[in-house]
Amino acid sequence: MTRTLTSFCARFDPARHGAPLALVVILLFNLMVTPYFLQPQTLFVNISQVATIAIVAMGMTLVIATGGIDLSVGAVMALAGALAPLIFLSNFAAAHPTLGLVAAIVVPILLALCCGVFNGVLVSLLGVQPIVATLIFFISGRGLAQVLTNGNLQTFTHPSFSYLGTGRVLGLPFQGWLVLAIGAVLTWIVARSVFGRQLLAVGGNERAARLAGIPVHRVKIGAYVICSGLAGLAGLIVVAINSASDAARIGNLMELDAIAAAVVGGTLLQGGRAPIFGALLGAVIIQLVKYTLLANGVADEVALIAKAGIIIAAVYLQQARKE
Amino acid sequence: MSDTFSIDLRRYLRGGGHSFGVWVALVVVIVFGLMRYENFGGAYNISSFLNYNAMFIVIAVGMCFVILTGGVDLSVGSVAAFTSVVAAYLSPFGIQVALPGAVLAGLAIGGINALFVVALRIPPFIATLATMLGAKGGALVISGAQTIAIDWGSNFTKLGMEKAFDLLPWSIFITAAVVIALWIVLERTSIGRTVLAVGGGEDAAGMMGLHVNRAKVFVYILSGGCAGLAGVFLASGFGAGQPLEGIGWELSAIASVVVGGTLLTGGVGSVGATVAGALLLGLVFNILNFENGRGVISLSAYWQMVIRGGFLFAVILLQSQLSRQPKGPQG
Repeated sequence: MTRTLTSFCARFDPARHGAPLALVVILLFNLMVTPYFLQPQTLFVNISQVATIAIVAMGMTLVIATGGIDLSVGAVMALAGALAPLIFLSNFAAAHPTLGLVAAIVVPILLALCCGVFNGVLVSLLGVQPIVATLIFFISGRGLAQVLTNGNLQTFTHPSFSYLGTGRVLGLPFQGWLVLAIGAVLTWIVARSVFGRQLLAVGGNERAARLAGIPVHRVKIGAYVICSGLAGLAGLIVVAINSASDAARIGNLMELDAIAAAVVGGTLLQGGRAPIFGALLGAVIIQLVKYTLLANGVADEVALIAKAGIIIAAVYLQQARKE
Repeated sequence: MSDTFSIDLRRYLRGGGHSFGVWVALVVVIVFGLMRYENFGGAYNISSFLNYNAMFIVIAVGMCFVILTGGVDLSVGSVAAFTSVVAAYLSPFGIQVALPGAVLAGLAIGGINALFVVALRIPPFIATLATMLGAKGGALVISGAQTIAIDWGSNFTKLGMEKAFDLLPWSIFITAAVVIALWIVLERTSIGRTVLAVGGGEDAAGMMGLHVNRAKVFVYILSGGCAGLAGVFLASGFGAGQPLEGIGWELSAIASVVVGGTLLTGGVGSVGATVAGALLLGLVFNILNFENGRGVISLSAYWQMVIRGGFLFAVILLQSQLSRQPKGPQG
C-alpha cells in the first residue's frame, strides 16, 4: 500500500494524474465549504445526474480514440428518448405489457445503433471527416425526434420503465450500477479484446494499422456504433428520470459535456488512447464542479465559464506533456 | 477507355469545382421557387429572407476563413448572443456606437480564441468549444439571463427596418459590403493567400516563409468580428439582445461552408460559394413555408432541420464522390 503510494508520487504526471487530483481537491473543497455535502441525498442526486454524461462520455472516448469525434450523441439521445414513450404508450404495449416494455427499450437502442452505423460508414468507407459526418445527425436527429412526437411533451407514469432512472439497487440509483457495469465491460474491451487493441492501433496510426492488416473500416464503424448505442441508452435514462420526454431538450448540449469529460479524463483528441476510467472520472469532475457551484449559490451561467476553464486547462496540460 | 475523360472531369470539378455544384443547386432551387410560388420573387419575400439570413451569411463567411486554415470556430453562436446583448446595452447611444462596440466585443473574443489556438497550441475544436461555453456564460451574466430590449428611440432600430436607397434594409447592404470586402481579402491580398496556403499545408507554408501564426490569429479574430456583427443584426432584428440565442449556429455555419464546397481540411474554398451555401440552406426553410402556405402538404417546422440534414448528407455524398483522389499527406 505504502509502496504503491510512493511509486505513484514518483511518477506523478499532471496530464495523467491531474484528473484524480482535481477530483480530490473538489471533494475536499466541498467537505469544507458546501453545506449538507455528506448527506446521502447529495450522493443520489449526483449519481443520477452524472450517469448519462458518463455513459455517453465512455462511448465518445472510443470514437475519439480512433481520431474521430461524434457530435450526434445529443440528437441520438433525443431520438431514442422520443421513441421509447411512443412505444410503451401505444395500444400494442397496452395489450402486451411485457413485450411492449422490452420493445420500448430494445427498439430505440436499435435505432441508435443504426445511427451509429450511418456515422461510421460515412466516416470510414466514404472518408468524410467525422465532424461533418456526425453533423448530419446533429442537425436532423433532433428534428426527426420532434417530427415523431409532433414536438409534444410526452408525460407518463410507467413504473417498470421508470426503474431505469429512479430504481435503486443496494440503496444506490440503478443507473449508477449501470455506469459501473458498462465501464467495466468497455475497460475490458479496450484492454483485452482484439477489437480494443485494433481500435487503439487505428487511432495511433491509421495507415500503419491498415498495412498491418487491421480491418480499419470495421473497427471505426464499431466505435461509432457503440457510441451511438450508449447515447441511445442515455436518452432512455433521461426520459425515465423525468417521467417525461421532450424531444427539444433531451441530450441538449450533451456532445459538449461528453467531449469535455473525455478530454478531462485524458483522452487525446489525436486518437490512440481510450482511458474509459478517465472518461468516468472526467464526467464525475464536470458534474461535481457544476454541483459545487450551484450548491454554493453560484449562478448557472458562471458554472459554464468554469467548465470552459476546466476544458482549456485539461487540454493545455496534455499539450504541455507532449512537447 | 474513358479514363482520361473522367480524370479531366474530376480535375475540373476539383479545381474550384467543389463550389460548382452549390451554384447549380442554388439556381435550381430559385427557379423552382419562382415557378411554383407566386410571391417567391416578390420584394417582401426577398427583403425579409435576406434580412433574416444576413446574420447567418456573415457568420458563415467568417467561419469559411477559419475552416480554410484547417481550423474551426465553434464559438460563433455564443459570441453573437453575447454581442447582441452588448449591442442592446449600447443602443441608446445610437447605431454609431452600438455597432462598433458589439463588433469590438466579437473581435476581442476572437482574440481569445487566437490566443488559445496559436499561443497555447490548443486544438481549435476544443479551444473554441471552451470560448463557446465562456461567451454563453458571459452573455447570461451581463444580461442577468434576460432579453435586453433595445432603445426604440435611438437610430439603432433603423438597421433592420429602414430601407437604404429605398430598396432593402441596411443590414443587407452591410452584409453585402462585408462579403465583398472579405472576398477581396481572400482572393487579392497577401493575408488571404496566406490563409489558403496555411490550409493547404501548414508546414510547407511555414517553410516558404509565410506568417502562419499571423494568418491564424487573423482568421479567429475575423470570425469573432463577423459573429459580433451578426449579434448586432440579431439584436436589431428581434428588437432585443438575446443571450439565449445562437445555439447550433456554429454548426449551421459549418454546414453552409461545407455545402459551399470548402474542404474541412482547409486550403480549398471561396467566400462566394459559402454565401451560396448559406442562402441555399436558408431557402430550404423559405420554400417549406411557401409549400405549407399552398395547403397541399403540411410539414411542421421540425421538418426543416430534417431536410437540412438530408441536404447536407446529399452534398457530402456528392463531394466524397467528386473528390476521390490519391490520398494527400494527411492520409
